[in-house]
Amino acid sequence: MAESNKEIKCVIWDLDHTVWDGILLESDDVKLKPGLEEVLKTLDSRGILHSIASRNEYEFAVEKLKELGVEEYFLYPEINWGAKSVSVGNIRKNLNIGMDAIMFVDDQPFEREEVKSAHPDITCIDATEYLKLPELKRLNPRFITGDSQRRRMMYLDDIKRKVEEEEFQGPPEAFLSSLNMKFVIHEAKEEDLQRAEELTVRTNQLNATALTYDYDELNAFRVSDQYKLLVCELTDNYGSYGKIGLALIEIKEDCWHLRLMLMSCRVMNRGVGSVLMSHIMQECKKDGKKLLADFKHTKRNRMMYVSYKFGNFKEVSKDEEDHILFENDLSMIQPFPPYIDVKIL
Amino acid sequence: MELKEKIRKFIEANLVVFEDEAEFTDSDNIFEMGFVNSLFAMKLVSFIEQEFGIEVDNEDLEISNFNSVDRIVGYIENKKAA
Repeated sequence: MAESNKEIKCVIWDLDHTVWDGILLESDDVKLKPGLEEVLKTLDSRGILHSIASRNEYEFAVEKLKELGVEEYFLYPEINWGAKSVSVGNIRKNLNIGMDAIMFVDDQPFEREEVKSAHPDITCIDATEYLKLPELKRLNPRFITGDSQRRRMMYLDDIKRKVEEEEFQGPPEAFLSSLNMKFVIHEAKEEDLQRAEELTVRTNQLNATALTYDYDELNAFRVSDQYKLLVCELTDNYGSYGKIGLALIEIKEDCWHLRLMLMSCRVMNRGVGSVLMSHIMQECKKDGKKLLADFKHTKRNRMMYVSYKFGNFKEVSKDEEDHILFENDLSMIQPFPPYIDVKIL
Repeated sequence: MELKEKIRKFIEANLVVFEDEAEFTDSDNIFEMGFVNSLFAMKLVSFIEQEFGIEVDNEDLEISNFNSVDRIVGYIENKKAA
């Protein structure tokens, strides 16, 4: 089986004999492995998240992590006596990322195999290799953007939102309005391009064409009169979600052709997915043209397909490689949700 | 619970407007009325698949199959009979 080249978004660490030398329940005096904190910090600054899957006493282990000064790096730690495959599954679900974007580090072959057998797409690494992690290609994103540096903070904001949302009494839409969401759409500027490339590489579930573009390609679109490259950003009371959506439209004689449309999975449960689409539809209608859109099924982007179909796009053709061409007569355009303040710059 | 009632309950629980503003009959087009968003569409499809053990094929993913309580009920009944 060929090893995946996909970028790793999260490293999940075991604790005993992996993050620290020794076994916590046998000796309270465990020490971080030499250089481990640097590894955590380096990856963190690249926008790679860390989590924990360890068989240990939860409170005891968290206390120790605090004492060692590294607790803040770990999101959604799973410290319990259950199977690690389950812990890894929980972390994946909480982060809403693909298993093929996760790396699991453990000193015990048994644990690595147990995890791998339940999650064949995960990458498992022996704990002795930890110092080499920062050099691995899959842990070296091509660009490190403002959004990647703030990624852990943005996830922490998400955790706060989730807690508040669970505690919120009343209908879900009332919670959404209480967030004061602002959605800004603008044409991409040069400084947006690294993030735009990062988005095309990182986004799978909500990518309509499964295409990725690099910086130079995106820049060519940006400066071309024949294309519009739109970027959107979402903020709310808790802070910014960052640049979370991207659309590439080819402006033709008689139509607008949507070549690429994607939205970060982090905002999936905010009901903002239709906003960018509605905006494009409105503008296209104003321009008096029809709207076409490319679509390609992948294993993961069914949600996007549903959005197009429910957005009144009709399939006009499909080639032998399953590339679908959609057309929209723009007779039905969803209004922006009432709980989002939309700004077009 | 009756099928229709289950569907109605699901829709009511997932509206994007406040409940007291949202009155709709079984034949009203809930999408045109702006009561629901893109996320709702996916939630609805998953709900139908899980709750009624149906697989919604890509060919069936037409808004006309799902835009009112009556249409959704009709779709499910059709699928179950097939």
